[in-house]
Amino acid sequence: MWKYFLRRIALSLLILLGVSALIYLLSMLMPADYIDNQTYAALQSGAMTKEDVQRLKELYGLADKSFKGIVKSYLSWLKSTMSGDLGFSFLYGKPVTKVLSEYIWISFLIAFISYILQIIIGIPMGIKASVNQYSAYDYIVSVFAMMGTALPSFFLSALLMNVFAIKLGILPLQGLTTATKLFPPDAHFQILLDKAWHLVLPISVLTLLGVGGTMKFTRTNMLEVLNSDYIRTARAKGLSEHEVTYKHAFRNTMIPLVTSLSGMLPGLFGGAMITETVFAIPGIGYMALRATQQGDIPFIMGYNMFLSILTVLGMLISDIMYMVVDPRVKLS
Amino acid sequence: MGLIDIFKRKKIEGVDDTMYLTLREERRISKENNKIIRKFEREKNRKNVPEEEYLTQMRDPSNVVEFEDLHTYFFTDVGTVKSVNGVSFDIPQGKIVGVVGESGCGKSVTSLSLMQLVQAPQGQIVKGSIRYQDSNGKCYEITKMPKDKMLKIRGKDIAMIFQEPMTSLNPVFKIGEQMDEVVLLHVEGSTPESAKARSIEMLKLVGIAMPEKVYNSYPHELSGGMRQRVMIAMALSCDPRLIIADEPTTALDVTIQAQILELLRDVKNRINGSIMLITHDLGVIAEMADYVVVMYAGRIIEKGTVREIFHDPKHPYTIGLMRSKPTGETRDNRLYSIKGQVPNPINMPDHCYFYNRCDKAMNVCSRDYPDMVDFSSTHCAACHLYYGEGLQEQNKGKE
Ligand SMILES: Nc1ncnc2c1ncn2[C@@H]1O[C@H](COP(=O)(O)OP(=O)(O)O)[C@@H](O)[C@H]1O
Ligand SMILES: [Mg+2]
Repeated sequence: MWKYFLRRIALSLLILLGVSALIYLLSMLMPADYIDNQTYAALQSGAMTKEDVQRLKELYGLADKSFKGIVKSYLSWLKSTMSGDLGFSFLYGKPVTKVLSEYIWISFLIAFISYILQIIIGIPMGIKASVNQYSAYDYIVSVFAMMGTALPSFFLSALLMNVFAIKLGILPLQGLTTATKLFPPDAHFQILLDKAWHLVLPISVLTLLGVGGTMKFTRTNMLEVLNSDYIRTARAKGLSEHEVTYKHAFRNTMIPLVTSLSGMLPGLFGGAMITETVFAIPGIGYMALRATQQGDIPFIMGYNMFLSILTVLGMLISDIMYMVVDPRVKLS
Repeated sequence: MGLIDIFKRKKIEGVDDTMYLTLREERRISKENNKIIRKFEREKNRKNVPEEEYLTQMRDPSNVVEFEDLHTYFFTDVGTVKSVNGVSFDIPQGKIVGVVGESGCGKSVTSLSLMQLVQAPQGQIVKGSIRYQDSNGKCYEITKMPKDKMLKIRGKDIAMIFQEPMTSLNPVFKIGEQMDEVVLLHVEGSTPESAKARSIEMLKLVGIAMPEKVYNSYPHELSGGMRQRVMIAMALSCDPRLIIADEPTTALDVTIQAQILELLRDVKNRINGSIMLITHDLGVIAEMADYVVVMYAGRIIEKGTVREIFHDPKHPYTIGLMRSKPTGETRDNRLYSIKGQVPNPINMPDHCYFYNRCDKAMNVCSRDYPDMVDFSSTHCAACHLYYGEGLQEQNKGKE
């Protein structure tokens, strides 16, 4: 078993290496780099000359865009990354690791709450839809699920903002704090409440978008299990429909559910780029989008490496959980 | 799905007819199905049904189960499948009744009807009755029985063994857990300890050498034969009055088959119960059964004692089956098979269903469905050869 995991990790590292090289290359080839973005106005107004800009580029290590130059700078990035140093973010003026550790928590909070909501809403509804297949309830669930997966997040966000923040005015529109309100510095509880209030809409958006998938996944797997021979055996034993569904069937449906849901856990730290940006929540997704737009290469690289590691972790957790919930599985 | 598929209609294949449904027909079928299904489901889901409504009398008190004119249909998207279409036979106390027929002729559906386990909502018992007599002599009409009352009969009085031992046990629970469940459910006053003791005893009874070890195993750790023994042990644990064995040996190796059959017979004598043995293997029937019921396309075409069916088969289909049974005596051991196919189950003809495969087919056979003709108090067959117009035609041919 250990061998299996070691092999898996080794393979992941190899993939990580490839991915990082590719992202580095693409970031370097972006038509306007960080310095271009920053100096555009000054260059237009004549406050800076081309030579100034070129000097700045050299300072930031962006001057040499030949293939050889990129390889060289990639290797130096790789070397410092190996030693745990992700470099300094151009845009935020802080070490990349520091930016990451500061901003992932709010993202995680939003994503985790919506993840829990998806589970406690999606799974029971999926089960109910599968038990009452072809009923009105099943159709409503299916339509709802389809909508959730098909709607773009910015659209749903805009819709909810329009209804709840602008028309009804019962929820805040954007941000994490109410700018017009001044709290005394010791009113911790009120500040917390105010923040929570701001998170209602983003969490709703993420939940609505994700819950359909969970529902559909539960329903599909449940239907498959409910058609199997051992469910007929369970019924033939005289078990009530409730026991058949929630004990014999659900325990089997749990195998794919736990495997996929546990694999999603690390990803919750990755942030929701579009939703955070639309709601102006200073989470890691929002920071990453800004950095990407500005060509902040150290941050782009650091963030993407972080995401890749989360994905690898997710796969490993998923494997481990598969082994835990399915007695038939022995990894080899 | 390509664009073309949208224009393709649902296809129904029969022997000499293949039909396609038009969109309008399809919609009509689905509308009618919904109406019928809703009616039956409403009836079944009634709460607090008074007992008088489903108490009944047996025709013959020595029977455990009596099927009478049972019709079980599936209301599918392409039409109504008449899987069981007027089936009547008895299962006497302490006897083994074999049900034979080609695959797809409605054997399983007949047995599932008795358990109220026909796949709802599309599968429904539309007509007829199934009477069951419990150990106190009380008789129930299964077709009218409310679901919650049925739970007390399933697994306790009537137990079932299925064809596929590989998939019939839940893969995520240990054998012990699955066996104890039945005992805890049906035996009053049982505790986890007493249930375990009972399960181990049953595992010993079915000839498992290391019952403790099997008790603590998961199904995937056992062989097919072992699993079928476990299924039998599970079926026995509440001393059932009737065991339904639906092709219990079909999925097993030949050597294991014999052992399992031996075990079933042994077990039957021990609990003095009855067995409804479903199979398409005549060898199994010859070895095990007291009575034989031959089914064809949802109907019974002949039934009798095992002697009568094997020594004096009447229906051309039964005669064909007998010939298709490989015996050591015949030099040519190739399996004789009856040519042709079963008619399309959605568009059953009005005449004898065996007509287009029968080597004795006459004019009448393409006109009316034959009546049952009695040959003795236990033996009867549905064939034109033995009565009325058909018999005359037959005699004329001989002259
Ligand atoms: N769930 C179902 N839905 C539709 N048709 C079914 C279903 N179950 C069985 N049938 C049909 O009923 C007929 C009898 O099936 P079955 O009793 O399983 O045959 P067998 O004699 O091989 O056990 C077959 O034609 C089959 O297609
Ligand atoms: Mg069958």
